[in-house]
Parts: sequence; C-alpha cells; structure tokens
Amino acid sequence: MFTRQRPDPSLFPRLLFFVNAALPALLLGWDSFNGRLGTNPQEYLIRTTGMLTLILMTATLTISPLVKITRSPALLPMMKVRRMAGLFTFFYAALHALSYSWFDKELDVRLIVADLLRRPFIFLGMFAFILLVPLAITSTKRMVRRLGGRRWNLLHRLVYLSAIAASVHYYLLVRADKLLPLAFATTLFLLLLWRGRDWSRRIGQP
Amino acid sequence: MLIKKTDDIASSEITPERDYLNRRNFIRGGLLAGTAAATTLLYRRLAVPAGSSRPVTGSSSTGPTSNLTTDQGESSTSFEDITNYNNFYEFSTSKEGVAARARNFVTRPWTVEVTGLVKRPRVFDLEELLRLGVEERLYRFRCVEAWSMVIPWLGIPLARLIDQVEPLGNASFVAFQTLFDPQRMPNQRTSVLDWPYVEGLRLDEARHPLTLLSTGLYGQPLLPQNGAPIRLVVPWKYGFKSIKSIVRIELTDRQPKTTWGDYAPDEYGFYSNVNPDVAHPRWSQARERRIGEWVMRDTLPFNGYAEQVASLYQGMDLRRYY
Repeated sequence: MFTRQRPDPSLFPRLLFFVNAALPALLLGWDSFNGRLGTNPQEYLIRTTGMLTLILMTATLTISPLVKITRSPALLPMMKVRRMAGLFTFFYAALHALSYSWFDKELDVRLIVADLLRRPFIFLGMFAFILLVPLAITSTKRMVRRLGGRRWNLLHRLVYLSAIAASVHYYLLVRADKLLPLAFATTLFLLLLWRGRDWSRRIGQP
Repeated sequence: MLIKKTDDIASSEITPERDYLNRRNFIRGGLLAGTAAATTLLYRRLAVPAGSSRPVTGSSSTGPTSNLTTDQGESSTSFEDITNYNNFYEFSTSKEGVAARARNFVTRPWTVEVTGLVKRPRVFDLEELLRLGVEERLYRFRCVEAWSMVIPWLGIPLARLIDQVEPLGNASFVAFQTLFDPQRMPNQRTSVLDWPYVEGLRLDEARHPLTLLSTGLYGQPLLPQNGAPIRLVVPWKYGFKSIKSIVRIELTDRQPKTTWGDYAPDEYGFYSNVNPDVAHPRWSQARERRIGEWVMRDTLPFNGYAEQVASLYQGMDLRRYY
C-alpha cells in the first residue's frame, strides 16, 4: 500500500513546457484556419515563426544556467526539459524556413540559392537552421548512446553557433528600431559568457 | 456537549497524505492553466495581425469601396488593409501598430509653409489647399519592403501648388518636411530615425502630372495612419518617398537631405524609383506581394508608370542613381 512508485519528477515540468511551447503553434494554426493573419498573411507567418524560434532558442539556452546558478533542487528536473525545448526550437525554425521558402520563393530552389548568396541575413538564417538539423536528428537517447556522451556534447555545442547566427540574422533584417534584436543578442551574449566561465572553471579543475 | 474521542484525532492523521497529494495536484493544475492562459494572452498581445485592433469606428467592416480600376485593370486594395498596415515610424515601427497609436492624432488646424526659392512664399491653411481642386486618382503603391497596394487617392496635383508660389529660375529641387511634435507623434521621442522626417524630389519630378499632394482616400479625408491631413504621393517611387503629414515645402537649388538616405545611403537612394533590376540589400525588388494576393507578382519598372515618367531620367544610369 505504501510502496507507490515515485513518479518521474521531470514529468510535470515537461508537461508544462510542452503545453506552453505548443500553444503558439496551435494559435497560429487556428488563426490561419480562420483567415485571421492580417493584411499580409505570408509576412505575418514568416515573422511570427521566426520570433517564436528565437524565443524558444533563448528559453532552451537559459535552462542550464538557471538551474546551475540558483542551485535549487526544485528546479533540477528542468534539466530534463532541455531536449524538448531544443526540439521545439527546431520545429519553429523549420516552420520559419519553410514559410520563407514557400511564401517568398515559391519553393523555387534557384530563387532560394540566389537569395542565399546575395543577402547575408538570409544566408545566416539558413545557416542557423541547418546547424540545428543534426542536433534534432541526434536528440534521441539511442543517438546519445551511439555517439557517446562526450562526442554528443561536443556536437551539440553547435547550438551556440546557431544562436549567434540567428541573432545576427535578426539584427540585419530589421530596417530600424534595433531594440528587440539587440535585446536578444545581449541575452544570448550573457548566456554564452556564463557558459564560457563555467567551462573554463571546469577545465581548470584537476 | 460533544466530547472529542482519541480515535477521531488519529484518523485525521491519515487524511493529510491525501490532502497533500490533492494540494499538489491542485497547484499543478493551477500552474498549467495559469501559464497556458498567460502564454495565450502574451501571444495575443505580441503577435497582433494587422486589422485586429480595428481603429475605424462607425464604418462597416468592409469600408467604403471604389469602382475605379487602373490602366492594367487592377481594382483597389480594401479600405481596411490600406488603413491598418502602415509604415509611419512617428507612431510605431510596427505596421500593425500605427493605426491604434495614431487614432487620436489631431490634424486641425493645419498649415503648410511653402518657401525657399519662390517669388511668393506663403503659409497655406489646409482649407486653402483643398480649394486648389481635389481629384481622385487610382495608383499602384509599391513599398520598398516588396509589398504593394492599389489606392484610390484624393489629392491636388503638386504642380498646382508650386505654380501658386512661382518658383525662381534657380529652383531645381523640392524639400518636404513632416510635422515634428513628440507630444502628438509619440515615437518621435525615440531616436529610431533622425526627426523630423524629410524627403525630396527634383523640381521636374515634383511638377509631373502624376505627383499628388493627397488629402484623402476612398472618398474620405485621410486617416492619421495614412499621413493625415496632407501627404505626398509619387506612384513611380518606393513608398517612403511619399512623405506624410507635411508641414513645410521648400524649393532649393541643391539636392535635399532625405531621412532614409541619411540613415542608410547604400540602401535608399535619392531617386528610389521602383526598379526590378536594382536590388535592395534586404529585398530583391524583382517581385512584390500585392496585398490580398497569394502569389507574388513581377514588379514593373517605374511601378508601371514608365510610359509617363521614364523620360525624366533619360541618359541617367539608373543603377548608379538608384
């Protein structure tokens, strides 16, 4: 009677994250279905999926520092949310890349390639997205085992490169009023700075 | 009188276990519902599609209609789209946000000073300008951001106003200035752009019969978000040339400073004629998204007005003078 199994403590944080990360996609889908995307629906879809990618990416990268800085045992289960957060980032990035390729370039590969070569911000955006592809593919437990923790960790540091490219991409595409792009870039910079210090401390240890 | 029995107390020792679980589930349920509600609200607040704030009260949802069609058989973009999707950085840098923030912009009284190299410099009251004769013109409107509309403007040919002040022989350019009043144009408190917004035309461009000082659209006076009470419309140039809420017009002998040209000279030239062959660093310009259409259409040289205006630029290298 009292041998009830202790449930996985990360179950609830994951559920919480899943619901909140999926909601924007649902709302966007609902608005699309009802034709309520405003005057320029294509641009609205591209812009909204892009913003959601940046938000999810920042959230993903905030989890470890948050848990480690606060050292709160209550937050520890959040470490198990990171995989899902990363996959949601990839999901929104894929929607973003797809909506650009479709609505702006009508899935014409020549037009896309020409755009990539001509416009640095498009190149950086696509670069940031492509870097996420191997991370999404190797996100399963089996892949972690196959690669081995060390190599897997090394590979997944690509997310930092992707995040830098993504924030420069956003900065370059805004005509004026760079406040929001700068806010993202600053947040990202602080997160990277913290990680750099964290790594150097760990390397310095015997 | 009731007397407590000891086994009552003992049984209450057991309930907390269930209460504890219930309480935890209750908190979790609340957390789930609360964050979901917060996420939904935040999303609804931040990702606002144009038109959902609907600032135009009293008019029907479809708005007025126009039965004009362009020389190419295009009909006009809806009133709702024209009045809810605006680049007007004096109010907001978000195209969806301008209409709501400009709603209470007061445009009367309003005067326009016309000065510089002219025989009769003068301050015109808006009513005087309207008396110069308002005409209706259906023009394509092409934004540098690669979207476009078709707009039934009301306006006065700019040439008519210029005739009133009698330009001197050495006048060769016209400089325009938007109102500077951070109290009324709240975003002028930020340094997003170098205020006041200024624009310019060559005198022959300004006098071209297509060039309009617009005071209305769809048969009504301009709404604030569209540049009330008086704005420029130069249909063969990118939209940012068509400066809004004008208070000052000056004829000069040198090429005037332009706000976007100063901000990024390699992106926004003085001429900024619509040209599918000259790409902007951010937008290809070969094609455009006509508001209300799904597939993009090819952009036409001079926005389809080449026949009327190409001669203005004879012998000029349009790649250099973009």
